[in-house]
Amino acid sequence: LLLIRRFEETLLRLFDEGLLQGTTHTCLGQEYIPVALRTLLRPEDFVFSGHRGHGHYLARFEDPESLLAEIMGREGAVCGGVGGSQHILRDRYLSTGVQGESLPVAVGAGLTLKRTDPGAVCCVYIGDGSWGEGAVYEALNMACLWDVPLVVVVEHNGIAQSTPTHVQMAGSVEGRAAAFGADHHRVTTVDINRVRAELAPLFSLVRRTARPLVVEFATRRLGPHSRGDDTRPAEELERLRERDWATLYTEAFPDLFARADESARRTVGEVVAWVRAARPSTGEEPREAVC
Amino acid sequence: VLDAETGPERVGRNLNRALHRLLDEDPRLHVLGEDIVDPYGGAFGVTQGLSTRYPDRVRPTPLSEGAIVGVAAGMALAGDRVIVEIMFGDFAALAFDQLVNFASKSVSMYGRRVPVPLLVRCPTGGRRGYGPTHSQSLQKHFLGVPNLAIHELSPYHDCHDVLRAALDRAEPAMIFEDKLLYTRPMYVEGVVDDLFRYDFPVPGVARSFVDGGGDGSMDGGDPECVVIAPGGMAHRALAAARSMLLEDEITCHVLVPSQLYPFDVAPLVPRLRSARTICVAEDGTPGGSWGSEVATRIHEHLPGMPVRLVAAEDAVVPTAAHLERHVLVDESTIVEALR
Repeated sequence: LLLIRRFEETLLRLFDEGLLQGTTHTCLGQEYIPVALRTLLRPEDFVFSGHRGHGHYLARFEDPESLLAEIMGREGAVCGGVGGSQHILRDRYLSTGVQGESLPVAVGAGLTLKRTDPGAVCCVYIGDGSWGEGAVYEALNMACLWDVPLVVVVEHNGIAQSTPTHVQMAGSVEGRAAAFGADHHRVTTVDINRVRAELAPLFSLVRRTARPLVVEFATRRLGPHSRGDDTRPAEELERLRERDWATLYTEAFPDLFARADESARRTVGEVVAWVRAARPSTGEEPREAVC
Repeated sequence: VLDAETGPERVGRNLNRALHRLLDEDPRLHVLGEDIVDPYGGAFGVTQGLSTRYPDRVRPTPLSEGAIVGVAAGMALAGDRVIVEIMFGDFAALAFDQLVNFASKSVSMYGRRVPVPLLVRCPTGGRRGYGPTHSQSLQKHFLGVPNLAIHELSPYHDCHDVLRAALDRAEPAMIFEDKLLYTRPMYVEGVVDDLFRYDFPVPGVARSFVDGGGDGSMDGGDPECVVIAPGGMAHRALAAARSMLLEDEITCHVLVPSQLYPFDVAPLVPRLRSARTICVAEDGTPGGSWGSEVATRIHEHLPGMPVRLVAAEDAVVPTAAHLERHVLVDESTIVEALR
């Protein structure tokens, strides 16, 4: 949890120092979601992520070196530096950069998975903004029609890049899920144990019945959409920080939090030093490699 | 399309038989599309019988071309192989994102080669009066996408060979299928008709020529003209070649590649050198087209070679037959280009 927080903060700092290029989307404030889902997911499950996926990756693999090397284009990169922040494939984890695009793909993988690994699920992370894409509805329709073991995790942070939800979404996520007959559950807590307790029976149900589930997290994005592009007023950000999991966990477990934080800072520091010293990645030769 | 037939096999039947055989050969192969199950068997009847024999692997879908291709890509990534039928090739526009931004990119954007065995079939072209949104030839819009191969159905190329090879390459591919071709006969054993024979001087590229000896002993020699055309244009190109020979006594070869892109002209250069004119004919609209791509490649090898481009008019395809005729390519357009 803290590893993800410090990793993301470090990325923004590295950008400011001019050590990173392109863009990146941090999940500051939303880290607890993939961490909570970690124990609910199994290695045979597929996880699909999007542009804001560092937390999803780190919660699944706990391997910050390969991710930072990917973002910085250094040796040891998980995808040779070709994919970068938004395009990662490792085992059954896949992210790609176009909103909504991964939902139909997850339905397809779910159809195959249902046959090859009964009981496994496809978990797809999307945001509130992703619901503007038609692909989401085409995919939900198929998932419900064909009983695909799909869990759509909606990180509803109330803001799509710079656009607040009320400016871009009519109705609700719940209403949209209901239209297709998908189950819907809204999570409002940031307490990881409570999230797990709420969702464990629902995940089991998906594994047993292959009935699609939409889990909507009422969450908050503390950082900018990408970098330096946050136009929200300071008071609003301050209000969000008051309800941040880190604030609440610090108050609840001061000593434990401090020790864990020190360890996370040290790990991220070592990772940065290691990756900065690494040589540029080669990008491999995709056409010549044997699959 | 697939009613009981006598005589040579029709292209549509050859394609249907290829799909049956592919499903039979590979238990991981699935077919997705709209209205593809029996008794309907697809808008053009090409998938007839598949769902009856392979009910678990032939899936009828909602009207969602984008998601259909996305689902197929997901299945392919998870270890299956998938053929998608887009009812009318025009609707492939709805799947552009999944094809261009996901399926074909996935082959190489993750730093290693990822197999994506996915083939998208697109019934295409006009001359059936279906009007502006059901008659287009959109091939050119899919050219130049890394890891996306573009094929066209042809009366020369056995469909099983073509589809099987495309799936075995494990990279996304599209095959554009001229709708009129479904009811035309396949050419077999080197014979096109009373005048023309054919061979494959280069793998995947059929060459039609007049057999001077009448017994297959002469290979047509060095032609004065060459027409390069996709499979859907083959009959009009052959009609033009026939007309050139009979009316003008000009020898003309017709080259029909199965794969339009990527397309390597280098092996064909020795066959083109003698020509005084080359014509590249296609059904789409002019500009930024397959023809201009082929012409550019030819000029790299044969600078100064006259290459004439023939394409449809820069216009929508009208519904009324007499209006549609003015817009689309016919044999006389090719003859004019060659003269």
